[in-house]
Amino acid sequence: MEFFNNHTKLFITAFLLFAGLTLLVCIIPALNNQSNNAPLPMAVPLSDMAIKGKGVFIANGCVGCHTQQVRNVDMDKVWGERPSIAADYADIHRTDFWRNTATLMGTERTGPDLTSIGTRQPSKEWQLPHLFNPRILIKESIMPAYPWMFEIKDKAQPGDVVVNIPEEYLGGRKGKVIAKAEALELLAYLQSLKQTKLPSASPQPAFLYGKVGEESDAKPGATKELNGGMLYTNNCQSCHQQNGEGLKGAFPPLKGSKVVTAEDPELLVNIIMNGYTGREKEGYPAMPPIGTNNRLKAEEISAIMNHERTSWGNSAKKVTVDEVKKLMEKVKVKAK
Amino acid sequence: MVNAYLFMAPQSHLLVAPSGITSLLLIVAFLVILSVLVIALSLYRKIMNTQKLARQTALKKNHPDLKEYINTLNSNQIEVFLNYLGNKDEEKSKINKTGILGLTAFLFLMFSGEQSFSQTTASTGGIWTEGGIIITLVLLLIPVIVGIWLMISKTNNLFKQYQLKQASEDADELIDIIDNEDKDELKKSLKKRQEALDYKLSHRELSGNITAEDTKGLLQQVDIEADLPVVSLKKRAIKRPPIDPALAKLILWFIGTAAFWLIFGTTVGEYLGIKFVAPDVDQLSFLSFGRLRPVHTNAVFWGWASLGMLGLGYYVVPRVSNAPLKSIKMGWYTLILINITVVLGTICLMSGINNGGGEYREYIWPVMLMFGIGLILTLINFIGTIAQRTTKEIYISNWYIVASVIFAIVISFVAYIPTWQDGLGETIIQGYYMHQGVGMWFMLFMLGVVYYFLPQQLNKPIYSYSLGILAFWTQILFYTVIGTHHFVFSSIPWWLQTTAIVGSMGMVIPVAAGTTNFLLTFKGSWYKIPSSYTLPFFIIGIIFYFTGSLQGTAEAFRSTNLIWHFTDFTVAHSHLTMYGIICFFLWAGIYAVVPRLTGKEAPQITVGAHFWLALIGLLIYTVPLMYGSTLRGMMWVDKKPFIDTVVFMAPYWLWRAIGGSLMWLSHIFFAYNFYKMLTGTTTINASEVAIQKLNENTAHSENSL
Repeated sequence: MEFFNNHTKLFITAFLLFAGLTLLVCIIPALNNQSNNAPLPMAVPLSDMAIKGKGVFIANGCVGCHTQQVRNVDMDKVWGERPSIAADYADIHRTDFWRNTATLMGTERTGPDLTSIGTRQPSKEWQLPHLFNPRILIKESIMPAYPWMFEIKDKAQPGDVVVNIPEEYLGGRKGKVIAKAEALELLAYLQSLKQTKLPSASPQPAFLYGKVGEESDAKPGATKELNGGMLYTNNCQSCHQQNGEGLKGAFPPLKGSKVVTAEDPELLVNIIMNGYTGREKEGYPAMPPIGTNNRLKAEEISAIMNHERTSWGNSAKKVTVDEVKKLMEKVKVKAK
Repeated sequence: MVNAYLFMAPQSHLLVAPSGITSLLLIVAFLVILSVLVIALSLYRKIMNTQKLARQTALKKNHPDLKEYINTLNSNQIEVFLNYLGNKDEEKSKINKTGILGLTAFLFLMFSGEQSFSQTTASTGGIWTEGGIIITLVLLLIPVIVGIWLMISKTNNLFKQYQLKQASEDADELIDIIDNEDKDELKKSLKKRQEALDYKLSHRELSGNITAEDTKGLLQQVDIEADLPVVSLKKRAIKRPPIDPALAKLILWFIGTAAFWLIFGTTVGEYLGIKFVAPDVDQLSFLSFGRLRPVHTNAVFWGWASLGMLGLGYYVVPRVSNAPLKSIKMGWYTLILINITVVLGTICLMSGINNGGGEYREYIWPVMLMFGIGLILTLINFIGTIAQRTTKEIYISNWYIVASVIFAIVISFVAYIPTWQDGLGETIIQGYYMHQGVGMWFMLFMLGVVYYFLPQQLNKPIYSYSLGILAFWTQILFYTVIGTHHFVFSSIPWWLQTTAIVGSMGMVIPVAAGTTNFLLTFKGSWYKIPSSYTLPFFIIGIIFYFTGSLQGTAEAFRSTNLIWHFTDFTVAHSHLTMYGIICFFLWAGIYAVVPRLTGKEAPQITVGAHFWLALIGLLIYTVPLMYGSTLRGMMWVDKKPFIDTVVFMAPYWLWRAIGGSLMWLSHIFFAYNFYKMLTGTTTINASEVAIQKLNENTAHSENSL
């Protein structure tokens, strides 16, 4: 055919076909997306510190292992309150003259999703040692250690953020571990990662592919015993550790704790739902309101409490779901 | 492996049977086995007895006709008889004791031939799968089987002794007969029989005794002193028309720098694989996982694969255009620009300068710009060469190669222009960019290279030109739209995700067309694979082209995305394709082209080592990783604690590191082979030296005149 023997015609045709399709499935949808989406009304813009922290996040390639997208499928419920929507990313613009926009949605989940890490794990007492070496807090973690974001000084200067690092992770060095600017910036960025609430009028996007029958399981009377150990791993273990002993100077032990094994579980429920600042004088940081943040139900909380009350040598009597329900109502009022 | 696991789980629920029935079944089975064995044993004895009787009558019947009996002897046996008869002639009255002994021994052996018997196998039902039953059954069967075995061997011994006795009696009888027969007659018939048995063909009945004369130079690689080969000898590269040495040098530099980036990039990759197993192996900022990962991917993409492909392209395009390359100088600029891109990009990434985390888009624009300029120069060069072609038609290789260079420039342009990259726009572009990079740059270019080298290596035309054209247009049509299947269930528009999934399904057409075309080109030439060291690379590339690409289609479905997305399955898939397809085709092309440029070949044993280590390494890398990540995905669906799934993956990450090590080792062999193809072997060819000496002598004598 003559057409195929003319290189100008042949290659221009191939180019036009490719360019046309590119326009249709790539450039036009991209342009549409950026003109049709605006940030949510309640969205909080990143602070200067967090913007710098995002730079640290990009520079160190964190997106290689951590996604920032809650997909609209049931299995992603553990990472956020609702599926991510286009508006969540609408306020992300080109980083600077040299670098492209970074939505950081990611394609690999070797480590946990970080969409709402600021809600799930806001405490700097956890984040900073975890950055220094993740294995201080999570023995099985394979995340890299970032010790170069810290320095070791003989004496802390005023304004220095001292990080509590167990001696065996210091490699024989002595002194106070001080967080450098990049660690604090990265911390600010991580703390800023929260899902913005949708305006109450707008429809809530649904999670798809839920297990059939899951809803009916939640009916009163039909509740089955939840796996308290698993829920503990998911919600509590990264601070209080698998053996319930916590971490010296950072997170108090639950093993043998009077609060955990108390006859009246009200304080325990209160701490889980509203957080706790009662032991800051002893050096223990504030505990976040895990139960509220992670939207735990009474069934789940009672399972966790029972796991804590009967493990590691603790032997308090088990609590019932109804008991916990009542106490949750009670502490809700208290919080106000 | 997956199947086995999936099968095991449901079965374990079905296996709990009431214990009353179990013990009853047990007794029944025991009785059945016992009776079967008893029957078998009695049958065996019966057969033995009948056989024994038959043999006795046979010998008796043979007595009158000794000549017929001679026909049952072999040459050696006849020799013994003849010796015996000869001795008898010399010492008539004396009986040669040893002769008799030898004869007796041989006769004994003849009559007491080993009797083989088949043991009955115990039949078991399909229900005997529960651990407890199996153990009980085995324990019960051990003494039973031992007892039966003892019984059989005892009877057998008894029978053998009886046979021994019979045989020696028969032998005595036979000797008697021989002694009484007419000696000369017997000798004659024995000799005649021996001659008949010893007859052999000389193997020269058809060819005659004159040595073959190869007047047309058809015989190649004649091995005069054939040794026992350690590895089978493959065909050597055929001498081709000489290439412009300046172009050859350019191509060799392309491939040489590509080989360097392969070693560099995969050393980094190997180190990353180790970090999954030992995360604290170092704690240096510029070697941390997040910074090194893009160093690995970009070095093997833009350094190794791109440079290697372009090197082959610079050979193929002028060759199929039957015209010289338009500008060798421009080729050098491309080479230098791309190499600078990878060097600078690597330094940037390691020092934490990153474009924003989009895969394969981690180099910032000033760095990637040089790559783009290099491609533009190449495009001008290629089109210029094609424009001055001396063939009427444009061979299909040039369609693929030139189109892929055009598309790569378009892709880079789309990916680095900031106008459409706010918010989710960036993600839509990212999905498009990374997948077009893989499919429109690497895959399309490589297919063009294969369309040239595969027919060339098979020494026959491509099966169907039209299939190649069909694959070309459908690839553009479907591949262009599949980018966003990397973001299924994300917040990009649902219709765009669906388009991508449909496009992924459409990819079946070009992939099936391409694979069919390649395989049918092989048709009738399959026998060439074992005798070639380039064709195995092609065939593996073709197989992975089919499986890897269709795996991509399967991964794009919404249902499979639920389990596989975000897991290391993607990593395994990208290695199956980028390594299994692109790298294997690249190596095939390199091993085909470099000997044509340098006139030297790599040692075949190290080429073989490269091939097998790469293939086995790739399988060890990918198969456990796919298996493990499938299960990890299922754990996520079940909302298992995340850290449990990390712990679960540990053995599969270890396998990945092991497979990666083998792959890495194969690249060392490849680098060595490339070096050998440049410098040649050190063995001195005697005839070459002789010619050289003759030339020197002639020159000398001419000078002295």
